[in-house]
Amino acid sequence: MSTTKSVKKKSATAAREKTPANPSSSPLSADDAKTLNRELLHSMLLQRRFEERCAEMYAIGKIGGFCHLYIGQEAVSSGVILALRSDDYVITTYRDHGQALVRGMTPNAVMSELFGRQDGCAKGKGGSMHMFDKSLGFFGGHGIVGGHIPMAAGVGFAIKYRGGDQVMVCFMGEAAVNNGAFHEALNMAGLWKLPVIFIIENNKYGMGTAVARASAVTNLASRGDSYDVANAVVDGQDVLAVREAALVAIQRARKDGAPTLLEIQTTRFMGHSMSDAASGTYRPKEELEANLKRDPITLHRKRMQDAGEITDAEVEAMDEAIKRVVQESIDFADASPELPLEALMEDILVETTS
Amino acid sequence: MAIITYRDALNQALREEMARDDRVFLMGEEVAEYNGAYKVSKGLLQEFGEMRVVDTPITELGFAGVGVGAAMAGLRPIIEFMTWNFSLLAIDQVVNAAAKMLYMSGGQFPMPIVFRGPNGSALQLSAQHSQAWESWLAHIPGLKVVCPATPYDAKGLLKAAIRDDNPVCFLEGEMLYNTKGEVPDEEYVVPLGKADLKREGDHCSLIAHGKMVLVALQAADEMAKQGIMCDVVDLRTIRPMDVDAITASVRKTNRAVVVEEGWEVCGVGAQVVDYVQRNCFDYLDAPVLRVHQADAPMPYAKALEKSAKPDVPKTIAAIKQVLYLD
Repeated sequence: MSTTKSVKKKSATAAREKTPANPSSSPLSADDAKTLNRELLHSMLLQRRFEERCAEMYAIGKIGGFCHLYIGQEAVSSGVILALRSDDYVITTYRDHGQALVRGMTPNAVMSELFGRQDGCAKGKGGSMHMFDKSLGFFGGHGIVGGHIPMAAGVGFAIKYRGGDQVMVCFMGEAAVNNGAFHEALNMAGLWKLPVIFIIENNKYGMGTAVARASAVTNLASRGDSYDVANAVVDGQDVLAVREAALVAIQRARKDGAPTLLEIQTTRFMGHSMSDAASGTYRPKEELEANLKRDPITLHRKRMQDAGEITDAEVEAMDEAIKRVVQESIDFADASPELPLEALMEDILVETTS
Repeated sequence: MAIITYRDALNQALREEMARDDRVFLMGEEVAEYNGAYKVSKGLLQEFGEMRVVDTPITELGFAGVGVGAAMAGLRPIIEFMTWNFSLLAIDQVVNAAAKMLYMSGGQFPMPIVFRGPNGSALQLSAQHSQAWESWLAHIPGLKVVCPATPYDAKGLLKAAIRDDNPVCFLEGEMLYNTKGEVPDEEYVVPLGKADLKREGDHCSLIAHGKMVLVALQAADEMAKQGIMCDVVDLRTIRPMDVDAITASVRKTNRAVVVEEGWEVCGVGAQVVDYVQRNCFDYLDAPVLRVHQADAPMPYAKALEKSAKPDVPKTIAAIKQVLYLD
């Protein structure tokens, strides 16, 4: 690969933007901004309402296994994924329902997967942690912390191999940055200049372990400096700030074929999974309560209302419509057939055609 | 028909398949400028360029994962481990990612990827560099596992592995690279999942794979001098295993010895014996015996190392025992 020998290091450390600059694209018109803001609000609200019902469905046993909710972090997925092109790629962790929905998977397909039914995006074989839709460039929810990060570099490698201008976005939790896979992947992405955007969703707790109890350096974005990967810290409760940072990174990947590491600071409003409390043992109640005041949906809604872009009645109508869609997804998943038992031994190997 | 080394046979397979399909690329430590630690990739960088013959940092987990991601995106990676001993650092990508991606995505993501490199013990490399991994890998549904014994099979099986749309673990014999054999000038492919009867005889079945096929053949030669004729069944592919070939041979000879390079407990031979007892119970005239590495890490000291390894005398002893000779 031409870059392996010829990469000119500009400086010992990569450019680092604490506050991402405005992307080079021209500012949106008022109408366009309003449309975008509505789309972002709708996208976040869909994730929220969908997962509130997931919690309910888990409690009554319709959803089994491990189930990790994304509630509180919706601005990250909406801010990043809606800035992508349809031929770009997304890969993520086991906390993947929200990102799957934002990427365009239908609530019916996601809920059916959660119910383990045939109409699920993976025919019910993956479940909560393994949402996949190849047609959307959604390369999966992955269950091993850090394991998917080198795969993201691999997709970036494939983009470069073909001379394409797509972008690969890789979401991870902040605990993954202490994992060898993270460092190995970032090194190769920086060394070979791969069009990958690594997104640390820093919700401050890796399961029940606070960042400061796990990371010697708590400025996680700065880890990009070690690998010549441009990096920035972003307010993950502000969906527009997330989008701005994503656009800068997307531009860098698409035009320059270069990687970015974004540390997007956010809050998980729920427990790590359905099996632990939102606060108590490892997270002080007061801390969670303070963070709950920065609900990304409330903040965005207020901004829109202050700008006169949306009325209470319109928000309510949007919310009601979303709730209906989510209820329909539950009804749909309930009616979706169970996989026939023959399916157990299918999809292990494919018939080779070449 | 040319007589070439196992190493050159592998090199030919790589070259031919890379020329045939531009989605195929080779990635690993020292594969490009250094021509490969064992020179299997000699000349490929010059022929195919830096994008298709890629030197990596020493980062097995990382570049195995790059292979998995590239395969998801439609390329056909060949990931070289300098030896399979180092693959343990990458085993999450082999087992948790490559082997399961098709299944957990509900059939959406086939994994046309080959993980390859030298396997088994060489000479005095001690404990961490002298291990045979096929039984570990063959345990995993979703993987294919191949162990070629001859230059002919090495070339034909590697070509089949590269063309296969599933993840294939290709375990080359570290001590086999310099061995020579006939390889046809014309194109050929050896299908995965088919054993090969390397020698025919009616008295006892020797079932082996990889380097141990050569041991079994030598033992069979020795026994032939005493009028004892052995079938030598070369499994070639450990998963899927050619149970029909094992069954046919043992039903004919009524006795069997399984020879493998790895350890005894839960080894490949244990699986072979299971197939034999299920399919040949009424045909057996003696318990099936196994020849394998001693149940210890590989020592450095020469005499200890020799004592640990399965070899021709141990195989002959086992053959005599199942024939109730001596």
